[in-house]
This record gives sequence, C-alpha cells and structure tokens, in this order.
Amino acid sequence: MKFTLSWLKDHLETEATLSEITEALTSLGLEVEGVDDPAAKLKPFTIAYVREAKQHPNADRLRVCMVETGDGEVVQVVCGAPNARTGMKGVFAPSGAYVPGTDMTLKPGVIRGEESNGMLCSEREMGLSDDHDGIIDLPEDAPVGASFAEYAGLDDPVIEIAITPDRGDCLGVRGIARDLAAKGLGILKPIDLEPVEGTYDSPLKWARSDDIGDACPYVAGRHFRGVKNGPSPAWVQRRLTAIGLRPISALVDVTNYVTHDLGRPLHVFDAAKVKGDTLLMRRAKDGESILALDGKDYTLEAGMPIISDENGPEGIGGVMGGELSGCTDETTDVFLECAWFDAVAVAETGRKLGIDSDARYRFERGLDTAGLTWGTAVAAKLILEWCGGETSRVVEAGTKPDNTKTIALRPEKLKSFGGLAVPDKEATEILERLGFVTMHPYGMITVNTPSWRNDVEHEQCLIEEVLRVKGFDKIPAVSLERDGALPQPVLTLAQRRVAFAKKQLAQRGMLEAVTWSFMPKGEAVAFGGNAQTLALANPISADLDAMRPSILPNLLAAAQRNSGRGYPDVALFEVGPAYRGRGPKDQDTVATGIRCGKAVPRHWQEKTREPDTFDAKADVLAVLEVCGAPVDKLQVSTDDLPDWYHPGRSGTFRLGPILVARFGEIHPAVAKRYDLKGRVAGFEIFMEAIPQPKVKKGAGKGRPLLKNSAFQPLNRDFAFLVDGDVPAEKLVRAALGADKALVVNAEVFDVYTGEELGGKKSIALSVTLQPVDATLTDKEIDAVAEKIVGNVAKSTGGELRR
Amino acid sequence: MTVDAQALGDELLARVEAAADLKSLDDVRVEALGKKGRITAEMKTLGGLDPEARKAAGQALNAVKDRVADAIETRKSALELSEMNAKLESDRVDVSLPPRPESIGRLHPISQTLDEIIAIFGEMGFAVAEGPDIEDDYHNFTALNIPPEHPARQMHDTFYMADESGGANMAAVLRTHTSPVQVRTMENQKPPIRIIAPGRTYRSDSDMTHTPMFHQVEALVIDKKTHFGHLKGCLQDFCSAYFEVENIPLRFRPSYFPFTEPSAEVDIGCNRKDGGLTIGHQGDDGDGWLEILGSGMVNPKVLTMSGIDPEEYQGFAFGMGIERIAMLKYGIPDLRTFFDADMRWLKHYGFVPLEAASLVRGLTP
Repeated sequence: MKFTLSWLKDHLETEATLSEITEALTSLGLEVEGVDDPAAKLKPFTIAYVREAKQHPNADRLRVCMVETGDGEVVQVVCGAPNARTGMKGVFAPSGAYVPGTDMTLKPGVIRGEESNGMLCSEREMGLSDDHDGIIDLPEDAPVGASFAEYAGLDDPVIEIAITPDRGDCLGVRGIARDLAAKGLGILKPIDLEPVEGTYDSPLKWARSDDIGDACPYVAGRHFRGVKNGPSPAWVQRRLTAIGLRPISALVDVTNYVTHDLGRPLHVFDAAKVKGDTLLMRRAKDGESILALDGKDYTLEAGMPIISDENGPEGIGGVMGGELSGCTDETTDVFLECAWFDAVAVAETGRKLGIDSDARYRFERGLDTAGLTWGTAVAAKLILEWCGGETSRVVEAGTKPDNTKTIALRPEKLKSFGGLAVPDKEATEILERLGFVTMHPYGMITVNTPSWRNDVEHEQCLIEEVLRVKGFDKIPAVSLERDGALPQPVLTLAQRRVAFAKKQLAQRGMLEAVTWSFMPKGEAVAFGGNAQTLALANPISADLDAMRPSILPNLLAAAQRNSGRGYPDVALFEVGPAYRGRGPKDQDTVATGIRCGKAVPRHWQEKTREPDTFDAKADVLAVLEVCGAPVDKLQVSTDDLPDWYHPGRSGTFRLGPILVARFGEIHPAVAKRYDLKGRVAGFEIFMEAIPQPKVKKGAGKGRPLLKNSAFQPLNRDFAFLVDGDVPAEKLVRAALGADKALVVNAEVFDVYTGEELGGKKSIALSVTLQPVDATLTDKEIDAVAEKIVGNVAKSTGGELRR
Repeated sequence: MTVDAQALGDELLARVEAAADLKSLDDVRVEALGKKGRITAEMKTLGGLDPEARKAAGQALNAVKDRVADAIETRKSALELSEMNAKLESDRVDVSLPPRPESIGRLHPISQTLDEIIAIFGEMGFAVAEGPDIEDDYHNFTALNIPPEHPARQMHDTFYMADESGGANMAAVLRTHTSPVQVRTMENQKPPIRIIAPGRTYRSDSDMTHTPMFHQVEALVIDKKTHFGHLKGCLQDFCSAYFEVENIPLRFRPSYFPFTEPSAEVDIGCNRKDGGLTIGHQGDDGDGWLEILGSGMVNPKVLTMSGIDPEEYQGFAFGMGIERIAMLKYGIPDLRTFFDADMRWLKHYGFVPLEAASLVRGLTP
C-alpha cells in the first residue's frame, strides 16, 4: 500500500514529522517498507534563468550559457541541448550535485576550451521521465533560485507500508490516518459521505440471479449523463503517478482514486455500450469468456461471479471490469457499480484466472460494509466535479451485509492477558478513536465494532487494539519462571540418541550433512520408495519430486558433487528423516553415512586404502554402542539385503525380528550411477529400532558391583578349519559359550583361505580364560580347551588345525 | 689383615670412579670383590686374628666392601645410561613429519544451533516435542485457524503430496511451519504446557534467500497466567543468551498470524556498516532492525479447537527460522549453502563434536 504524505494529510490534521509518522506506522503494525522522498534526491536542483546563450566557439552543437542561479551569482555552463536559448528558465544543477538520471556527480570542467560549472537538466537527467529531447523549459513566472522539486510539486514523500491480511481497512489512506489519529499523531479530519441526490431515474438497473447468493449479496449503482471524459485534475494525476498508477481518464481515475483513498473498489461502465436495460450479477457458465481491462482474454469457469448484460460477461466480480463496456474519452453516459463480493469467491476466481488487481486485493481482505452506501455518493461527487453532467438516483439489488458485532472487554484482561495495565478511560478513548462505539455495563467495556473492522472478532482482538495503539514497547518484559530452582531434563532418550549418533560419527572423522527431504522420484523408487505415496504434486523442480525413502542417495549425490569439485575423499553422514509413506507414523529417523575415495589417505608411514564393509560396520557398531544398544546380542545376517547394497559384501544387524541397521558396500552399479569410482561404504541405522533399556522400578543409576578376579587371565589360541560359508561370528559364539564362567573373551585374529584348503577357510581365535577361585591347573585348562573345540565342532563343523 | 682397610677402600673407590666403560668397571669389580679379589683375599686373612681384632677388622673390611659395591652399582647405572644415550644419538626421526592420519569431523551448523536453542529453552523448562513432516491439512492449517481459502493459506507456498492421478492431494501437505506440533501437543497433553518443537519445514519457494526446505523451532507455553509480557521476557532472555549480547535490543511490531492474537513480529537490533552486520546496537550507527521471528498470544479459537478452554488457559507461541539465527550468529552468508553438503563448507562452518551446548559450560565449542 502506497500513499503520499500530502494525501495522508487530506485525512489527518497533524504537526508530526515524516519520521514520527513512519515510526508510528510501524509501531501500529503498519510496517513501513520504504519512504521515497523525491525532494531529497532533487534537493540540489533549482530554477535558473539563462541570461545569455551563445554559440560555443569550438563546437557547432554546443552553447555557452551564462546562468543566473538566484543568489545574484552567474555561472557559465556549456550546454548541448538544442532548445537552450537566451532568456529561458530551466533547472540548474551546480557542480557537486548528484544527477540521478546519469548516475554521476557533477564536477567543474572545461569543454572544448570553455569552462563549465554545473548543468542545465533534462527530465531524463533528473530521473523524472525518459524525455531527453532538450532541457526543461519552465514558464516565465518560475521563481529563479527556488527548489525545483517544491515548484513542480515533487516534494511529496511516498510512503509504502505492508498491510497484514486482516487489515483491509488500511487499504485506503483514510484507514491509515484513523490508526495514526488513534495513536495520538493528529486528528482525523471530517469527511463528507453525505448522499448525492439524483435528478432522474437510471435507465439501467441491477438484478441478481437466483444462484448468486452470498457471492454477491448486494450491489448499488447510478447513471450519469452528459459527462465529458478527459484527463483528471493534475493533482490527482500526480498522486496516482506517485503511488505507481498510470492516470487513464477522469472517469477511470475516479475509481482508482476512491479505491486508494477510501479502500472502496468501484467500476464504471460506458452506459452506451451496455446492451439491454439490466446488468445482472450471476455465476459464469463454463467456457464463457471475457476481454478484461488488462487487454487479455479470460475463459471463465462455471460458478465464478460475473456482471453481465445481454452481450454476456462485462466484468469479473470483484476482480476486473471488461474492456468492451469500459469508458473511453468519448464516453458521455456512465453507469457506476458499487458492489459487495464474497472474499473467498473473489480470491478463488482471481487465483484461478491469475489476475492480481487492486480490487481483488481489497475484496479478499474485507471491505467497509458502509461503503456500499457512501460509495455511490463519493464517486458521484468526483465525477460531477471532474466531468460535469448529471447523475441519476441510486439503483440497487439485494441486501447489504452487516458485519458489525458486539464484544465485551474485561479491562483487567489488559494486564492479565496483555501484560499491560491500561486505565479504563484510556482504553475506552483508544477504542473510540479507532471507531468502536463503547458502553460500560458491569465494569466492562462493551463495544460495537465499526463497519470497516471485519477482523475484530473477540475480546483478544480488543486487547490487541488497545496494546497496539499504546505500543507493544510499553509492555514490560517479564522473565518466565520455572518450577523449582534447577532445570529438569527436557530430552527423551530417543532425542538424546540422535545427538549421541551425530557426535560419535563426527568423532569418527565424518562431516555432518543436511540434505533435502526430497529427491528424484526415479531414485526414490530405486531405493525402495513407493512412487505413489512419496510423490509431490507440485515439486520445486523435477529432480526434487519425491520424499526420500532413504538418505543414502542424497549422500551419494553429495559425494558426486564433492568429487566433481576435486574432493573425492568423502566421509559424510546425516541423521534425519526418511519416509515409508505419508502417515504420521511412516517417518523414521535414520543415521546414514557413506565413505568413498580413500579411507586412509596417502601417508609416508601408512598404506592407503579404499573404504570397505568393515569401515561401515565399525561406524554402525560405534553408534549403536554409544546409543546403549545391546551390541553383544546383535545378529549379523546377509539375508534380505536391498539391492542397492553389494550382495556379497554387505550385511544387516537385527535384534530378533527387528532390523536395526544395514551396512556394507554400495552396489557398484548404484555407485556408477553417481559417477563414484572405487568402493563406496555406506550404512543406515534405524534409530527408533534401538530398544529402550528396561528400567527396573526404583532402580537408580547404580552399576552392578565390579568383581575383579585376583588371578591372572590366560590366553589360548585355536585355529579351526571350517567350510567357506561359515560366519566367523558363529565360531566366536561357540567359543564363548563353551564355558561361560571361564571364557571371558574370544577374538578372531586371523583368517586364511588358501587354495590348498579346498574351499575351506582357517579361522584363528584368541580365547581369554579368567580363573575365578584359583589358578587353573594344566588339566583344567586342557578340559576347557577341549570344551571349546567340541562346541565349535558342534555348531560349525569346524576342526581344530593341529 | 695385611693392609689398612681404609686405604684399600679409597684406592678401590678411586678405581671405580676412573672406570671409563662397563668393561673396565667389571674388571675393577672382579679385582675387588671377585673370588680372588683383594677384599675377598683380605677377608680370608681374618681367621688368623684373635677374636677382638678379628671383629674390628671384619667390621672395617665389610664397610669397605659395602662402599665399593655401592659405588660400582652407581657407576654402572651412570655408565649404562651414557652408553644408551650414545646409542640414542644415532636413533633419530624427523619429528616434522606428519603423524598417522586421523581426522575429526564436524557437526552441521543446524545441529549446533539447535543444540544451543535446546540448552537455553531447557533452562526455562521447555521440553522438546516433535511431529511428522508430512502433515494433514487439519493440523497444518485448519486447527491453526487457517480455514480453506483464507488469504493466509496463500501466504504459505505449500507443497502437496500427489494423489493417484498426479494431482494435488489437498489433505496431505509438507508442513509449512512447525506449528502443527503445537496442535498435536495440545491434543495429547493437558496444560500446563511448555514445549519447543524444532524440525524441518517446507515451502515451495527457491531463490537467493529461500530454500524449499528449512528448519524452524516453535515454542508454546499454555498455563493460567502467562501473558504477553512473558512472551517479551522469554524472547529477550533467549536472544540475549543465544547471541551472547547482554540486553540485546528487541522490537515487537504488531502483526498478523491467524493462530495468535495479539500477534507480533520481532526485530533484533543490528548495525549495518560497510556491508557487514553485527548484532546489537552499539555506538552511533546502531539503529538497524532485522526481523527474526513471529510470535503472539495463542488465539482462543486455536485453544478451543484443540480442546483447551480459553477462559481457563492462555499462553504464547512463537516460531523462528533456525538457519536464519545461525547465519546471524555465525556469519554464514548464504542460506542455500546449508544443504549442499560441500565438505569445504562443512569443515569451515561446522563444529567440533566435543560436548553438548550448555549455558553453564558455554554455548559454543
């Protein structure tokens, strides 16, 4: 919403400065987005008299002018304008002035041997228009030395404010003035909204179709005859231009002016172009079309509210008028429309047709219902004043909507809800100044809402009004109190685990990424997603058109980008959502990571290598361990691997039937899709699948008592020959299970698969025995060893290599 | 006893001291204490003395023997050490070489910022609540007093999930704000309520300053006495703590959100100078303001829809962009870079994973 300072002062009697006004606007909730003060830009430009303009001795096209600038001083200016002549008055910019049109600061100079101090300006040089045919030629009576901006009426600052969707009443300058007056910045001037008597019966009348209903409950209008259309008064044109509107003709400018002055959209028909004697408010039929005032053809959808005559649609209700029945310079008979359209219907129509108009903008946000009465009067006065002619009596159809409400404000709520005690009297005065009619039954402030405040619905709205006008800055800030002296835990275990996982992975050298929740649909499907449930209807781009079923592809794409930038050694992770479907429970938190390039960089002492399955497995175990998962109970398996993993070099971790994590090498075909060379290790940990620890009631954080044995542990090594497909973990478990009291650890320290083993493999275990009561005798040690060998044989078919 | 014990001792000690290496020291040891050594030999002569003299001479000889043995041990240690040092002199490495490669990763600025937000609001008694990213229309809009065709729905450029024919399923949206978590909390929990709800949010907007996905944190307080002054105090306390600027200037501007009444946008004081931006108003040019969040008292209609009686309970809510306050605090210039996973960016703007942010221990590593 734009307006000029002088326009505001039409409605507001005020001594306030521009900066006081803008500050007050922002504190009222009418946020100032910008102030354009053309006078500030044009300050150095003054009116000057050209005492003499003679031919430049060394240049045909230049003249040397002696210019009087007002304070008795005469300066020499070299000027190239064809219209520079002795005795003219123009606009002068001295040396040192910034010239907006050329984006240059003037300096004294010598042009072809003649001194030049300053410039006589064209409109383009001053940034006023594109006119560069010559310098500005002012009338003889222009006062030499005066500010040009002031002389030309260009000293009216333009203020632009953002209007929130609830404040339709401030989409007219008067509404803004009212808010400022309520804040004490001046007095709202009276306004003449009295009816204008018509002198004849309108030859055109209004009708409403049966099905138009609430889409247009009421419309009024009146006829004008013998008007003379032409340009509107200069001051009107200046104001409209200042707020970015193009003056068109007096009749059209009336509607634009009232729209911006009072927030009341209107429309004028050329009455001679309306066919028949009735304008009908009705709903459009599918496929009807209209050439609108913006010069474009629109095809209407069934149900859109329109204004039609016997020719068909002549206007789109609340959105835009039609071109064919619009006013032109030749128009002599006019029909004025002042209607009420439902906000939702207008919004819907405007959106479907893609039309943003000043009318739509206002109808959508709610208008003053009283404008249905004064709209025809205000417009009539302006048309008669600007265009002459006479006007008919008002014609109407339907019933005027009434949106006024009666609401009670308990004054104590200003403090207990709004945080600021405001005396009843002051609160009442504020509401009165805003146009509320107040009453005071039972210690309450009861108000009737004004016809222009559709947004005020309940007590809290009145509290807001009072506080807004007082200023939110007046409300004292009060710190929140909490229960008890000390803070309490605020995170669930699941939330803490996410933090643990992130820290652990970062500790392990990985960088945390945050990538889109979206990905290309094709990849979503390739990573197990359901194209139907995860697809977006209106994606921001074709490669972000589905929700991600897995984070892996986003990290692979990130690796591809980093690699493309020359950083191929990637270790990235992300802990975030992945989606199985669109229900509230179909979202999992997945800690995902990838490593590619070199897992160990080239180093003078170390052998470089690519990442592999066991890097991913280590990452998974490290996360699961800090998250408190029962790591020793995890079952590793190669079953049910999704096809984005390498089928032979990947695995899953389960706890019973629950899938806790997947790890391994990414399938080379998938890696290739992302231009990744070499092995890519990756993992996915399903954070919600990590079981919650069972907490015994009443148990504290105490640990079980540590019982350290007084006796030395001892190690025994075993090598077993097993079939090639026996998992090593099975041997470890068998060894551990052989004597639960004595065997405390068993670790694989060598794996050998030579050809001479005939497809079998040799796995070497180091087993630790921890005596409890006494040092073990050789016989006892042999007995345990025997049990280990027996148990391994039993569960894996492994034979001890001797 | 053939010699004076004292003189024998002195002579042998001098020899020990003079031994230049372990070999010559061992020679001295054999000569003095060996089976045929001089002290041993003197001991053997004691048998021929009368008991009184034997005792005195024996004691003297034993003392000499101990002194010499001690001196040999001491000398031996010294010689061994200097022999080892001589060897170590030639066992050298170039200590300027790099150690074995190890690297520590970084946490994303969003994680760090969220951690800080939780630390501060945690101190004020806010629990952390969560909700789904794919929301239903009711929780994202209707329950927040944004009915269909409300102009506010156009303020949010909403992503819709596709229906079977590829059109928009108006009932399944990507949440445009974290406010639906407010609704879900109020539906499931009786007041008093004090939560923050951080998470991913989505709007179909993409340019220099907007990304289709970003993070917000929502706060909701519902009880019997929390008023607008508490909203101001809470945000004042938060902003001062988060930006680590005492008495940070805040400006509450009346605004409009369908789910709060009164509503306020909150600006933070800043200085803009030479293209830079610092938080707080210092010096003469401290008059800039920068919008950081939207807030207000929860609209009674929203309370009613969630089953809370607005005559009994009241409170405030606010929501702010996590990236935005991260950018402001840590001087990160471009929003879009947050989601690019550029490792150079992550190393530069990321945080070492040392400890959780804490007001007590310090917010920032």
